[in-house]
Amino acid sequence: MESRQRAIVSDQSRPQLKRYARLQYDPVRSAWALLSPEKVFWPDEVSLDILRLCDGRHTVLQIVSELAGQYDAAREDIAPDVEEFLQEWSDRFLVTL
Amino acid sequence: MSDALLPPIGMLAELTHRCPLQCVYCSNPLELLKADRELSTDAWLALFEEAADLGVLQIHLSGGEPTLRPDLEQFVSCLARRGVYTNLITAGVGIAEGRLERLRDAGLDHLQLSIQGARAATTEKIGNHRGALEKKLDVARKVVELGLPLTINAPIHRHNIEEVPAFIDLALSLGAQRLEIANVQYAGWALLNRNVLMPDRQAVERQVAIVEEAQARLQGIMAIDFVAPDYFAVYPKPCMGGWARDAFMVAPDGKVLPCHAAATIPTLHFERFGEASLTDIWVHSPAFNAFRGDDWMLEPCRSCDRKEIDWGGCRCQAMAIAGNAAATDPACIKSPLHDRMAALIGEANAVAPSHAEDFRYRRIGRT
Ligand code: SF4
Ligand code: SF4
Repeated sequence: MESRQRAIVSDQSRPQLKRYARLQYDPVRSAWALLSPEKVFWPDEVSLDILRLCDGRHTVLQIVSELAGQYDAAREDIAPDVEEFLQEWSDRFLVTL
Repeated sequence: MSDALLPPIGMLAELTHRCPLQCVYCSNPLELLKADRELSTDAWLALFEEAADLGVLQIHLSGGEPTLRPDLEQFVSCLARRGVYTNLITAGVGIAEGRLERLRDAGLDHLQLSIQGARAATTEKIGNHRGALEKKLDVARKVVELGLPLTINAPIHRHNIEEVPAFIDLALSLGAQRLEIANVQYAGWALLNRNVLMPDRQAVERQVAIVEEAQARLQGIMAIDFVAPDYFAVYPKPCMGGWARDAFMVAPDGKVLPCHAAATIPTLHFERFGEASLTDIWVHSPAFNAFRGDDWMLEPCRSCDRKEIDWGGCRCQAMAIAGNAAATDPACIKSPLHDRMAALIGEANAVAPSHAEDFRYRRIGRT
C-alpha cells in the first residue's frame, strides 16, 4: 500500500501530473481543461505554464527558473507562488511531488 | 435568462436499474425499469458520441449496478477514444474475475465504490445482501492494485452515522484517495424510507465535528468530501450546480433529465434520446428551460443575494415538501416552510426503536 503521508513541496521535488489527471484541449470551448476524478478545472495561463512543466523531470527549482525567464521576472518573486500552487495541487491529489 | 447557454460538462448515465443490492436509501425512482426497457448497446454508443460532440467532458457510469451491462467495456473505450473522463460508480458486488482489468485496459479513469456500513452486519442489513462487505473490500483492493484511483462513497443515515470514524479508518487502510461522507438525500426509495433513515440532531452534530477534525488531520493524505444533510441545513445545496446548468442525466430507457429525481415534477415532460437529439433536448426542451437561470424564481429567492450560489436549492425537494417545484427549497432558512424540515425530523425521530428497521427494500416491480 502507498505510504499515507502528506507530501510537502521542496526545491528538489520533481512534480508530475497524476496519471489519472488529464490536461487536454477542449475544442468545444477553445480552452485547456484539466480532467480529474471529481471535477473539471479550467487553469489560467500561469497555471497552465506551471502544469506543462510538471513532467517528472523538471525540479521545482528548474520550473521557477524557466518561468522567470518566460515572464522576465525575478525568481524570488515567482518561487512562492509556484510552490504554493504545487502544494495545493498535491493536496488535491492532482500532482505528485 | 441573462447568461448565454453553455454546453454541459458532466453527465450521469444510469445504464440499468437492475442491482444485486436492495438499499433502503437508494435514490433511484420507485418505478424501476426492467431490463427490457434499457437502451441497446448501439443506442448508448450513439448517445455517448453525441454527448462528446456536445461538449460533455466527464461521464459517470452508474445505475443500478452498471457492471450488469456486459457492454460496459465498449462504452468505456468509446468514451476514452473521445477523451471523455469516465467514472464508474459501482456497488462492487458480483463483479466477475478479470472484469476490472478489462475496464482499466479499456481506459477507465476512476472508480467510485459504495459501502453501506463500515461493519459487515450494517452493510448486509442496509443492502439486504449476505456477505456484501467482503466482496466490496475485495473490489477495493483490486482497484488499488490495478493503479486506478479509488473513491469510497459512504451514504450516511441513522443506522450507520456512528460508524463515520470507522469509515474513515477503513477508507485509509484500503488506500482510497477520497472518501465521500454523503448524508442521504431524501429522494426515491430514501424518501419512502425517510422515517427509518433520518438521524437525530445530536448524531448529526457529532458527525460534523468528527469529519472536520479528520479533514484537517488528513490534508494531503486522503480527501474527505462531506455532503451535508439537507434537513438540518441553514441554506440549501446548489442542486446539480443549478438546474440544467452544466450537467444532466440519462435514465436506463434513454429519458434525459436535469437531475435524478426530476421525473417527480408532474408538470414537466421529459424526452427520450432518439425522440430528440441530446443537443435539442439540452437547448430547447421546455423542461430543461423551466428552471434555468433565475427568471422563474419566486420570493424570497428572487431578491436574494445567494441566488447565484445555490440557485434556490433543489427543485425536487421543493416539489416534495412545498408541493411547488418553483418554490424556495424548504431546506433554506428563508423559506416560509423551513419549519417543516424540523417537523419531519421530529416525526422520524419519534419512530419507536422496535419499528426502526421496518425497511422497504428497493425492488423492481414492488413498492
Ligand atoms: S443504492 Fe444500493 S440498491 Fe441503489 S443502485 Fe446503489 S447499490 Fe443498488
Ligand atoms: S432564499 Fe433562495 S436563493 Fe436565497 S439562500 Fe434561500 S434558497 Fe438560496
